[in-house]
Amino acid sequence: MLENEPCSIIENEYVKPGKGQAFNRVKLRNLRNGRVVEKTFKSGDSLEGADVMEVDMEYLYTDGEFWHFMATDGSFEQHAASEEALGETIKWLKEQDVYVITLFNGAVLTVAPPNFVELEVTETDPGLKGDTANGGNKPATLSTGAVVKVPLFINIGDKLKVDTRSGEYVSRV
Amino acid sequence: MWQPTASRDALLARQRLYQTIRRYFSEQDVTEVETPYLSQASVCDPNIEPMQTLDQRYLHTSPEYAMKRLLCAGYGDIFQIARVFRRGEAGHRHNPEFSMLEWYRVGWDDQRLMQEVAALTRLMLAPGYAQLPVEHLQYAEALSRYAGVNVFTATDSDIAAAGRQLAGQDLQLSRDGWLDIIMSHAVEPALSKDTLVFIDEFPASQAAMAKVTANDSGQPVARRFELYFNGAELANGYYELTDADEQRRRFEAEADGRPLDERLLNALQHGMPACAGVAMGLDRLLMTLLNTDSIADVLAFDWGRA
Repeated sequence: MLENEPCSIIENEYVKPGKGQAFNRVKLRNLRNGRVVEKTFKSGDSLEGADVMEVDMEYLYTDGEFWHFMATDGSFEQHAASEEALGETIKWLKEQDVYVITLFNGAVLTVAPPNFVELEVTETDPGLKGDTANGGNKPATLSTGAVVKVPLFINIGDKLKVDTRSGEYVSRV
Repeated sequence: MWQPTASRDALLARQRLYQTIRRYFSEQDVTEVETPYLSQASVCDPNIEPMQTLDQRYLHTSPEYAMKRLLCAGYGDIFQIARVFRRGEAGHRHNPEFSMLEWYRVGWDDQRLMQEVAALTRLMLAPGYAQLPVEHLQYAEALSRYAGVNVFTATDSDIAAAGRQLAGQDLQLSRDGWLDIIMSHAVEPALSKDTLVFIDEFPASQAAMAKVTANDSGQPVARRFELYFNGAELANGYYELTDADEQRRRFEAEADGRPLDERLLNALQHGMPACAGVAMGLDRLLMTLLNTDSIADVLAFDWGRA
């Protein structure tokens, strides 16, 4: 916990001038907004641990204001995520898919998508028959509103496998 | 994990380095000595924490006190390669147990010793660096050039404000504590690369065991120097304090409950010749030679696998 914000430590360097005091230069990522800050601490100083846990949850539905998820561990526990907590993941939300939800003091802090999602194409230029391998691509809009570059042979209604880490088309399914 | 952290080549590089050092000092007629690793008194430096055995002995944090007793006994120029121990100093570039080269030159001052440090360091780094340029800066010059701080005129709150900016928060430090932040965060990373950079004339409050004298403009400064190479501190040297009463006052101010080394104080009372001495971290030097940022790469087994 740094200034009441949950953070994860991404780098911790011990600095000790030969005749001087020892310090730790620490890089921290704010778990809420992803921002990275650099702070120096006196060696031996401690920070309060953040009560953070990660759980697998299935996406159920949205009521327009919140997005609702249910635990897959059999507890049927439900949590609602705000648009801020969803962040970019909103582009990859599909009912019944399983997401990693980070809870902080019982509230949804972040939602991480699976590495790959399968989504349907809702809009794209007509497909070009026969062009299956050669380069060239075009934009396609998916059912979630995400836009990805796809090969020219893709048609509206096709289901695509997309890598959520890069936002890139992987294959047609 | 039973495997070594250093490659066999790294161990060979260490062997060659030690050969270079011993050959150099043998040619210079400097005597190699060994002093106790376990002693009854400990270091007084408040920023260095010794390790203690169950039978009330301290592992030395540097061979300095015992070597000074040899100097007081009139044994002349001496050097030592020793393993030293400092509690809690663990990190990417620190191991709580590490190797130190320490040597003393009778009748020399800090300026003359710096020349020898430069010459020997060039020899030691020769396998990796052909011709290393040498640069000399005074502490005040370094701070004004790289941190925009005038150490002679800045008030404690000016220094604290500059330090807070660099640390990202208020650490409630003393003036010297904030100066350490400025040095490690702003100055060290900005020093010339692939250059042996000597910084001398430290603030009198950071004299440790160095003489304090007036500089050219009449300001009291410590006759202490540090050698930096590519952002790492390689060596720390002094025009040695020889005044027993002054040494006792400094010990008492810093001991923080640790027993004073009365044997050293008695030796100083007997009389120490004017001399200059320096300690150099050999693991850091090897890291430089092997082009690694991790001390584990130059240790057969680092702290975690020891």
